[in-house]
Amino acid sequence: MQRKECVAMLLAGGQGSRLGVLTKKLAKPAVPFGGRYRIIDFTLSNCNNSGFDTVGVLTQYQPLALNTYIGIGSHWDLDRKNGGVTVLPPFVKEMGGEWYKGTANAIYQNIEFVDQYKPKYILILSGDHIYKMDYSLMLDFHKEKQADATIAVIEVPWQEASGFGIMNTAKDARIVEFEEKPKVPRSNLASMGVYIFNWELLKAYLEEDERNPRSSNDFGKNIIPLMLEAGQRMFAYPFKGYWRDVGTIESLWQANMDLLLENPKLDLNDQKWRIYSVTPHQPPQYVAPSARVNCSLINEGCMVFGNVYHSILFPGVDIGKGSTIRESVILSNVKIGKNVIVERAIVGVETIIEDNCHIGCKENSCPEDCSRITVVEGNIIVPTGSFIKKDCQLVGKAG
Amino acid sequence: MKNVMGIINIMENEDFLMELSYHRPVAAVPFGGRYRMIDFVLSNMVNSGIQNVGILVQNSYRALMDHLGRGKEWDLDRKRDGLFFLPPDQYNGQGIYRWDLRHFYTHLDYINYSRHKYVLISGSNMLCNINYQEAFEFHQAMNADITLIYKDMESIRDNLPQSSFIDIAEDGRIFGLEISPTKINSFKMSMEMCLMKKSLLVDLINCCYSRGECDLIRDGFIKNLHRLRVYGFPYQGYLATIDNIQSYYKHSMDLLKPEIWRKLFFEQGLIYTKPKDGAPTKYNEGARVSNALIANDCIIDGFVENSIIFRGVKIGRGAHVKDSIIMQKCDIQEDAVIESVIADKEVIVTKVKHLKGEKHYPLVIKKRTII
Repeated sequence: MQRKECVAMLLAGGQGSRLGVLTKKLAKPAVPFGGRYRIIDFTLSNCNNSGFDTVGVLTQYQPLALNTYIGIGSHWDLDRKNGGVTVLPPFVKEMGGEWYKGTANAIYQNIEFVDQYKPKYILILSGDHIYKMDYSLMLDFHKEKQADATIAVIEVPWQEASGFGIMNTAKDARIVEFEEKPKVPRSNLASMGVYIFNWELLKAYLEEDERNPRSSNDFGKNIIPLMLEAGQRMFAYPFKGYWRDVGTIESLWQANMDLLLENPKLDLNDQKWRIYSVTPHQPPQYVAPSARVNCSLINEGCMVFGNVYHSILFPGVDIGKGSTIRESVILSNVKIGKNVIVERAIVGVETIIEDNCHIGCKENSCPEDCSRITVVEGNIIVPTGSFIKKDCQLVGKAG
Repeated sequence: MKNVMGIINIMENEDFLMELSYHRPVAAVPFGGRYRMIDFVLSNMVNSGIQNVGILVQNSYRALMDHLGRGKEWDLDRKRDGLFFLPPDQYNGQGIYRWDLRHFYTHLDYINYSRHKYVLISGSNMLCNINYQEAFEFHQAMNADITLIYKDMESIRDNLPQSSFIDIAEDGRIFGLEISPTKINSFKMSMEMCLMKKSLLVDLINCCYSRGECDLIRDGFIKNLHRLRVYGFPYQGYLATIDNIQSYYKHSMDLLKPEIWRKLFFEQGLIYTKPKDGAPTKYNEGARVSNALIANDCIIDGFVENSIIFRGVKIGRGAHVKDSIIMQKCDIQEDAVIESVIADKEVIVTKVKHLKGEKHYPLVIKKRTII
């Protein structure tokens, strides 16, 4: 195998249980986002755009959709003779096998995969964040600082800092302390879950961590504190740009809404940094004379006869006459009948919402807490005239 | 239809789409918001189960090669069979026209070499969504030598100067075939798609070529109508015949009728094309869109009415696009007004400019023009 300077390992096995029905049959990185993408597209596209052509994708939870989606990686131009994308599920070895116990264990179990390429560095990524980042600049930074490990950090609002892994750094960006979800944060530099390690060194730590039966085999909880303790040269790489963890229904919805601003912080139209994805073969969208569309993202294959405001329509969505979609995300191939109102909702793939339904709530029509989002599961039929309250998760029949 | 090979013959008079076809073959002319003309016939063939397609091209076919690549999007990037470009013989460059036998003769070895028993030949400017399976079954049931697919234009009565028309008996046998007749006696228009045994095609090519004849339709088909069993298979679906700017414009605008949109893009199968990784189209605050077909990757701030907008187009604030076809990456800037215009790729219409064509004679703007 041809030698590679840096191999990227993308952790994509997360269940994402806080996303409720959206991840019932789907790993979190496979959750649709932004009108035509899946969350993992952002990391995979970053890899390609940064010139990283060797990517291992570690899957575990509900892998079918994700594996099918990734395929041989051709959609991200990662179908290479040497390197490219490799899907790495847990597997059985001579002495028995096991599931990935934690992020560090997942890499530990795939040491052999990485070793094939004899890399100097390893880039660890997680497949559940929305951001555009040039990893090659981070690698330059890592080399320049002659670091053993580099962790990408982003400034988060102080009041939210206690929800993240927080880095306390010296003036030269060297990490002096790492606190996982501190009650009283002393800095607002949050770890983005993007790490670069010197591979030989990391390997030693992974092996050491594996020998500790009480370890939870996690980068944040175990490996990084262990390395800090040992006095390794660890640096924080500051990232300025849009970055969002879409781990909850609210944050997923909010990240979608962020795209609808006149000049969104995450520019999807940037020709120089394309976000690649699997493209459905659908004709252009049709917007009828009866339709009104504002501040929205609409995809190919949609037919819009109703009104769409501040919303995102995935490919193949039909919106019937007299219907109004407001502040909602409608996933692929959903059919919405006539005179339906959908507000602040996420509607799952292939679902049919029949005429005269009312889904979700409008801010001024209900005085209580209206920040909550209604979720309608995919592949179900919502019968004529249904009224679904806000903050509900509408689930189809079991099985 | 695994034992049928497809040949798409795009050797045709290149001038009939004027500015749109000066620098690219008609087959590569953009159509319907994100497609090229050839996507339709190619997708139809693939959707019918054909796995080997050769394309007879002429000189400026770079745009076409660019678009088709190795045929990946049509699933034609195969180790066996797949997509083949059949370029013209350099020394036979002059006198190019559609059914010129020399083109077929040049590629006789390719035709002979394939392991398929039948061949389906088609042009690329009759856009439809057809599954050839039915015509193939008809061909076999009739024990026909050649089956020509035709469309009864009785109810349409378009102006069709470039087309051929057939006279057909009740049992479907064709007894007359006229190329571009000045007076139309029959409204059964040939769709220039025909099925036959490969061995017959090879015979006809050899036979005509050795007698110095040069036209497959005239010398191969018409002269042999009495001898060969030539049958007509009626196509019932939607057909867009593109043979001049007016018909290009008219049929593009037809797509704004949802039932035609559905028929052409979904009826027998999807139409495939080279994908672009564009973002979804963004409608900003001031956008007002009515009766329009809009591809991805556009940013719309202005008004769009009765129009077709290709990928990557920007419509500025206060701009008004009406009854127009705006191709890829055009930029219609603030307060510009455009009516009955066909703008080729990458046209920029600067602020406050007004451009107006006639509904029956749209104004065509050449690629990369800045106005």
